[in-house]
Amino acid sequence: MTYIAESVDVVVIGGGHAGCEAALAAARLGKNTIMFTMNLDSIAMMPCNPNIGGTSKGHLVREIDALGGEMGKNIDKTFIQSKMLNTAKGPAVHSLRAQADKHEYVKEMKRVLENTPNLQIKQAEIVDINIENDQIKSVITSLGAIYPCKAAILSAGTYLNSRCLTGQHVEYSGPDGLKSSQKLTKALEDKGIEIVRFKTGTPCRVSKNSIDLSKMEPQPGDDTLVPFSFENTEVDIRREQELCYLAYTNQATHDLIRDNLHLSPMYSGEIEGVGARYCPSIEDKIVRFADKDRHQIFLEPEGLDTTEMYVQGLSSSLPEDVQIKMLKTIPGMENVEVMRTGYAIEYDCVNPTQLRPSLEFKNIKGFYSAGQTNGSSGYEEAAAQGLITGINAALYIDGKKPLIIDRSEGYIGVLIDDLVIKGTNEPYRMMTSRAEYRLLLRQDNADLRLTPKGYEVGLIGEERYNRFIEKRELIDKELKRLKNTYISNSNQVQEILKESKSTELRSGASLFELLKRPEISYEALEPVDNERPKLTKEVVEQVMIELKYEGYIKRQHQQVEQFKKLENKKLPQDIDYKEIKGLRIEAIQKLDEIKPVSIGQASRISGVSPADISVLLMYLEQWGQRKADLVKDNE
Amino acid sequence: MQLYDTISAISTAPGTGGIGIIRVSGKDAIEIVDKIFKMKSGKKLAEVKSHTVNYGHIVDLQTGQTIDEVLVMLMKGPRTFTKEDVVEINCHGGPLPVEKVLMATLEAGARLAEAGEFTQRAFLNGRIDLSQAEAVIDVIDAKTDISLSQAMGQLEGNLSKKIKEYQDELLQVIARIEVSIDYPEYDLDEPIDLNYKEEIILIKNKMEDLLSTADTGKMIREGVQTAIIGKPNVGKSSLLNALLEENKAIVTDIPGTTRDLVEAYLNIDGIPFKLLDTAGIRETEDLVEQIGVGLSKTAIEEADLVIMILDSSSKLTKEDLEIIDSIKGKNIIFVLNKEDLPPVITREIVEEHAGNNPLIYISTKSKNGIDELKKTMSSFVNQGKTEVSTGATIANVRHKEALVKAIQSLDKVIETIDLGMPEDCMAIDLHDAYGYLGMIIGETIKEEIISELFTRFCLGK
Repeated sequence: MTYIAESVDVVVIGGGHAGCEAALAAARLGKNTIMFTMNLDSIAMMPCNPNIGGTSKGHLVREIDALGGEMGKNIDKTFIQSKMLNTAKGPAVHSLRAQADKHEYVKEMKRVLENTPNLQIKQAEIVDINIENDQIKSVITSLGAIYPCKAAILSAGTYLNSRCLTGQHVEYSGPDGLKSSQKLTKALEDKGIEIVRFKTGTPCRVSKNSIDLSKMEPQPGDDTLVPFSFENTEVDIRREQELCYLAYTNQATHDLIRDNLHLSPMYSGEIEGVGARYCPSIEDKIVRFADKDRHQIFLEPEGLDTTEMYVQGLSSSLPEDVQIKMLKTIPGMENVEVMRTGYAIEYDCVNPTQLRPSLEFKNIKGFYSAGQTNGSSGYEEAAAQGLITGINAALYIDGKKPLIIDRSEGYIGVLIDDLVIKGTNEPYRMMTSRAEYRLLLRQDNADLRLTPKGYEVGLIGEERYNRFIEKRELIDKELKRLKNTYISNSNQVQEILKESKSTELRSGASLFELLKRPEISYEALEPVDNERPKLTKEVVEQVMIELKYEGYIKRQHQQVEQFKKLENKKLPQDIDYKEIKGLRIEAIQKLDEIKPVSIGQASRISGVSPADISVLLMYLEQWGQRKADLVKDNE
Repeated sequence: MQLYDTISAISTAPGTGGIGIIRVSGKDAIEIVDKIFKMKSGKKLAEVKSHTVNYGHIVDLQTGQTIDEVLVMLMKGPRTFTKEDVVEINCHGGPLPVEKVLMATLEAGARLAEAGEFTQRAFLNGRIDLSQAEAVIDVIDAKTDISLSQAMGQLEGNLSKKIKEYQDELLQVIARIEVSIDYPEYDLDEPIDLNYKEEIILIKNKMEDLLSTADTGKMIREGVQTAIIGKPNVGKSSLLNALLEENKAIVTDIPGTTRDLVEAYLNIDGIPFKLLDTAGIRETEDLVEQIGVGLSKTAIEEADLVIMILDSSSKLTKEDLEIIDSIKGKNIIFVLNKEDLPPVITREIVEEHAGNNPLIYISTKSKNGIDELKKTMSSFVNQGKTEVSTGATIANVRHKEALVKAIQSLDKVIETIDLGMPEDCMAIDLHDAYGYLGMIIGETIKEEIISELFTRFCLGK
């Protein structure tokens, strides 16, 4: 029996990291929104690693924040250790990573959701969706409630038809023993949506009380903290930090794993899902890198109010007893107590090439998909997509153009473009090497890149925007001032240069020129820079990066200019590629499947050659002419 | 794929004609040519009226040295073939000046046009109609369909292999950088070798070696410039005819500019030979003197191969010896003509002067020895001095340009290292270098890097 429940603007299916961002964005943009989750206690749950950020993922979180999303704020509130990675390398790859108190993270996010106007959260399983005239109409819960809606967002994570494997044992459940969603896949397939099967895994959790941490290397956080959110300052987030610990596997660990390989469902062929190269199980590592005599293991606390520790580096689907024996070979873990056993998880997800760059299904108006359901991996990747779908669902209802971040504007753009244009045959992880314009897409300038867009959409308020504008102006002003301020080769200046191990000046120079020298810091010139204004750390950081890396940044801007030219050559969505003379068959098939929106996108599809692109360019010109002629005829 | 940048190409057929035309089209066409064009009137092209012909010299961008005397036609868009600003440089015909002027435009900032690209622009800018444009599509398609001669195919294969090798070596460096960026913890366990500079210099040196083969490659593609020389009446014309008759080659009658000495084309085993004429008009004058000055000297200097004819029925003369002296250091095949007459010069005498160069007895009358000469000529290319059949060579301007750019990118990487800039800055130009090599063999970097990371390094949680 079914019944009609209330009508809403936006339905969000799933309350993970993607679902939370989607629901918050839609509600904050004034849309009457309801978020369904199979279990209200697992909102924004971290079923795997207890951290947010890291290389390229930290960039995503800052971008989410710059657009007005929640993840950055929530981790700022709940982290128990924070570290800026890669500080020895260039600014483009500095990456923020924070250890989260998992339970606090969940509680805090739930609290934010509960207190957001226009937003309802509800524990229920969605088992079907209704589509009329290629448009989403409603969703149906397992209890028979029909929720008519204008737009819906699928963010089901790894719950669709999921099953967990430990050794030969198979459990038809979602992550961490939670219920899996057994009906929605079929409903989606019935609507013509193509489903693929992926695999991932998680290591075990052990009790801190059972480990001799003195045998391991402590890994502290940074002394100077950097917040994820541009709304916070260092003072806002200051707190005591917890330690992580580093340990290593050894020969005994490896021997044990090798002897028991046949018991791993991965190697016995039990698992059919495609696993990720970047997330290998310890079994994988030992088979593929047989010559390595040890592997790193990090023990990370899961929270302040628990003794559970996450064992990073030991993801495994070996039988439980083997996992325990394996742990016991590691110095300090001889008496280890395992609190949660590691497992591999298989799940259904949507082939993301069925989506537009707005993350809307090409064939179903108003229906969006985000997060691990799109074949990505990671909390941050999920949240980024969730935010974009929440925004786009709201814009769609308002009859406005979707928000699309391109590859030159953000990691979010790279992530979504890769997913919808190239697709993926393993859970997709963000990496800095996937971004062509890495030097421009820094974590420190995410606000400069994206906050104007967040403001335009409506997620960034006036006050924050004004502060942002002020910051931007201060950066420009200071750069100009440094260019126009000349200092003489006075003794004081030469002395400073000597101290900085730089060559002395022959004649006067601008501060800009002097600061361009890698060895000269902004602080070093302070005594001779009389008119220096008082600036925040963030402003000085931007000024120095712009200045020190000027040549490289300029080169990347030129590359972006070329890129934009092709992105701006739009391809009409109703092109019949079969009719275009000169395209190769493979190209026709691929173009027909992906339906790229621009020549630039078309050129990134594997199987479309430069010759095909030339043909498309010609066709496009002809199409434009024909359209112009039609307009003329009608006049 | 780039749009609306400025492109340049030779628009006259290769190797023929008294005049060569280099066409430059795009928004910066005038600015680019102005950098290398010294107009007699002292004006800049930017200052003169459209659709005018201007006299002056093309000079080297770096050294300012004159490359050629030229007429430059300035045609501002939209009244041009492509509807863009177009500058056409009319220089002396013959492959050398034409190519040098083309290279000068590239150095000044133009990009070498792809096949059919002018036509493509003409179409895109609405200058020509669909049927003409479809012809361009055929040209683009044809690129992959052309069945190359065996010799060329092998050359290209070797080249791809070499380029792939360099790409792989670059990838080793790139992968290390990327892994240290994306997996900071990896360093802790197994410190990554950060001594990139040596490696990059090594790769760069190899690429420079390959670049230096560009002339050999060009020789294969455009013909081996072959000069037949010898004192008057020794049988140069007869040899030329014998070679041509044997091969039924077409004798082209090319109106010569001063530099254009090509008399005929000859095809031996798929390798084109351009026979440079030093016979004819110069018969009546003192040859040795001519070799000392003027045109024949140029012909010999530019020749890849010299065929030196001696009369076996008479003694070596002072003239012979002076000619031999003047061609020292060249690739030479000695030919002893008139083997049908009683020999006067012995092999020993010639070898005293010929050194290790091949020596062949022929008779232009009986055609004896002509086959052997041809074999020697083709083996000169195939396994002889140039090792082209086993080594890789750069054989076209597009490849050369890409390789030059890749080398320049590596220079920038080295500069970045010397400046003490971080790895992510190095990566920009390393990726570029890889990309330029990819333009030669058509492979892009993205997926390659990522799979390299996961194959070579043990990564992940």
